[in-house]
Amino acid sequence: MDIIDILFTASFWAAAIRIASPLIFATLGELICERAGVLNLGIEGIMVAGAFAGWMAVYSGTGLWMGVCVAMLVGMLFGLLHSTLTVPFGLSQHVVGLGITLLATSSTYYAYRLALPEVTSPPKIGAFQPYEIPILSDIPLLGPALFSQTPLTYLAFILVGVVSVVLYRTPLGLSVRAAGENPAAVAAQGLSVTAIRMGAVTVGSGLMAVGGAFLTMSAFDSFFFEMVNGRGWICIALVVFGSWRPGKALLGAVLFAAFDALQIRVQQTSLGTQIPYQIFLMMPYILSILALILMSRRAQVPAALMVPFNKGER
Amino acid sequence: MCSMRLEPIKNPTLSRKLTPPTIALFATIVIASLLAMVAGANPFTVIGLILKGAFGSTFAILETLNRATPLIFTGLAVAVAFRAKFWNIGAEAQLYAGALMTVLLGTGVLPWPSLAILPVIIIAAILAGAVVLLVPALMKTRFGVDEVVTTLLFNFIFLLFISMLLEGVLKDPMGMGWPKSARLIPEARLPRIVDGLRLHWGFGLAIFSAICIWVIQTRSTLGYEMRAVGLNKEAAAFAGIPVNMVIVKTALLSGGLAALAGFSEVAGLKGSLTLDLSPGFGYTGIIVAMLALLNPLGVVVAALFVAGIFVGADSMSRAADVPTYLADIMLATALLLMVLAIMLTRFRVVRN
Repeated sequence: MDIIDILFTASFWAAAIRIASPLIFATLGELICERAGVLNLGIEGIMVAGAFAGWMAVYSGTGLWMGVCVAMLVGMLFGLLHSTLTVPFGLSQHVVGLGITLLATSSTYYAYRLALPEVTSPPKIGAFQPYEIPILSDIPLLGPALFSQTPLTYLAFILVGVVSVVLYRTPLGLSVRAAGENPAAVAAQGLSVTAIRMGAVTVGSGLMAVGGAFLTMSAFDSFFFEMVNGRGWICIALVVFGSWRPGKALLGAVLFAAFDALQIRVQQTSLGTQIPYQIFLMMPYILSILALILMSRRAQVPAALMVPFNKGER
Repeated sequence: MCSMRLEPIKNPTLSRKLTPPTIALFATIVIASLLAMVAGANPFTVIGLILKGAFGSTFAILETLNRATPLIFTGLAVAVAFRAKFWNIGAEAQLYAGALMTVLLGTGVLPWPSLAILPVIIIAAILAGAVVLLVPALMKTRFGVDEVVTTLLFNFIFLLFISMLLEGVLKDPMGMGWPKSARLIPEARLPRIVDGLRLHWGFGLAIFSAICIWVIQTRSTLGYEMRAVGLNKEAAAFAGIPVNMVIVKTALLSGGLAALAGFSEVAGLKGSLTLDLSPGFGYTGIIVAMLALLNPLGVVVAALFVAGIFVGADSMSRAADVPTYLADIMLATALLLMVLAIMLTRFRVVRN
C-alpha cells in the first residue's frame, strides 16, 4: 500500500487519535504545572503509577470510571509530594522530578510484584470499549476516526477545551498563569503563590496519571513493565512544541501520533520490511527532538518557570 | 504550610549540619522497614540480609565494588555536569557509546598487545561518549533547546541504535542467535587487580578518574569556570567567562566519563556487548551524584553505598521473598529526603 493511500484510511486516523489520547492527558497535566512555574519531571513515573493504579483497581473489582479516579488520586498524591518539595521548600525541580519518577516507578513495580507474585503473563481486565456517537460516527473518514473512540478519548478532547477556558477565561486561570509569569505580582494581590503552584502541580499530576491509565484501561487491557516507555518525556517536548497553549499542544499530540501511526503502517509495506524496525521505533523520539529545535526559538516560556518563590526574599 | 518561608542560617552549628541528614537516612530505613512489613517480612531480618548481602563476605564486598565501578563513572559524569547546571540525564546513552567503541576496536581490528590497545580503546571510548553529549550541548548553546529532554530522548534513540547494530552488523555469528556482539580479544580485556579475586582494573580507573575530576574542579581554571557558570550564568558572562564554551567543555568531560562506565563494564566484566549491559547505571548516577553533593570524592563513597543497597537487596530478595524493587524505592526515598535535608542545614523554616 502506498503512503498516500494510508493517509486516507479511516483506521489510520482512528489509530492516530487513539495514540494521541494518553499524550493529550499527560501533556495537559505538564502544561498546567509549567504554566504555574513548576517543571514536573515526575511525569514519566506518575504515568507508570497511574497505569498500574487504574488497572489494579478495576482488576480488584471496581468499575472502570472508579479505576480512572483511583489513578487520578494516586497521581495527585505524587504531585502533592513533588510540589511540597519544590514549592515551599524550593528544592531543585530537576532533581525532585527525577526522584519522583524513580519513586513512582519503583513503588509501582514493588506493588505489582506483591499483588501478583506468581504471574507470568499479566491478567487482563474488561477495558473501555469504543462508543460510537450516533450520527457523527457515520461521517465518512472523520466519523470512524473521531467519533468511534473509547469514552476516555472523548474526555481527553473535552479536557483540552476545559483547560483552555479555565486558563484564559477565569480568575483562577489568570492567577495560575501569573504564578508562572510574575509570582511577586500574585503575592502583591494577597494570593498565595505557594497554594496556587501546589494546586496546579497536584491537579496536573492527576491528569498525567489518567494518561497512564489510558494505556492499561483503553489502549490495552493489562499492565506491562516499561509500557509507558518514554511517553512522559515526549509530553514534555510536546508542551514546548505547543508553546504552553492547550490547543497547540493538542495539535502537536495528534500530529505526533499521526506520524507514529504512519510509521507502524509503513513498517508493514514492502519498502518498510527492508529497513531495520529499530529505525521506525526511533522516529517518535527523533521527531520530538526536531519539534524542540523548531519551536525553542519561538516558544513563549513562562518567565518564572523553574524559579522558586520565597516570600521573604526581595 | 502556605504561611511558611525560608530564612538563611548565617553560621550553621555542627548539629545543624548533621541532624537533618541523619534524620533523612533514618527515615529512609524506617520507610524501607514498613515496606518490608507490607511484603510480610520481618524488617530487621530484611535490613540485616541487605547488609550481609552487600558487605558480609569477601565475595559480597567484591560484588559491591564491581557494581560500584560503573556507578562511580556515571556519578562523576552527572556531578561534573550538574555542577555547571548542565542537566545531563543521558549518561545511559553515553555509557553505551563507550561500550560500542570498546567492542568496535577490541574484537580483533587492532591486533596489539594490552599496553597498546587498552589506552587507544579508552581514549576512543571517551571521545565517543563526548560526541554523543556534544549534540545536545550544541543544541542548547545554538538553538536554546533544553538539554533535559534531549538527553533523555537520546537514551531511547541510542539504545535502539545499539539494538539495531546487535541484530545486524555487530551480531556475533557464534552467538546462537542472541543479539550480542563478538567477544573481546584477551588483550583488550581489563586484567584483575588481584589474581583469583573477581575485581578488575576498571575499579582502579574509576578511583583515578574521581581524583582527576577533584583536581580539575578544585585546582584548575576550567573547574572555577564550571562552578561560576553553575552558580550564575549572567554573572559569569559579565565576568568575561565564555559561558557557551564552558558548557560545551563540561559536556565533553561528562560524556567521556559516562562512556568509561560502558568501557569498564565490557572490558572488565562482561567481555561482550548486549542490550542489558546497563540496568540503568546512567540514571542511578544521578542519585549517586546528588547523595555525594556533587563532590567527586564523595561520588566514590555514594557509589559504594548505592551499589551496596543494590547487591544487598538482590541477595535479600532471594532469601526473604521481598521484591528487589525495594532497593530502588530506598534510593529514591534517600535522594528526595537527602536534598531536603541538605537544604534544611542551610535554611530555617519560619512561620509567618
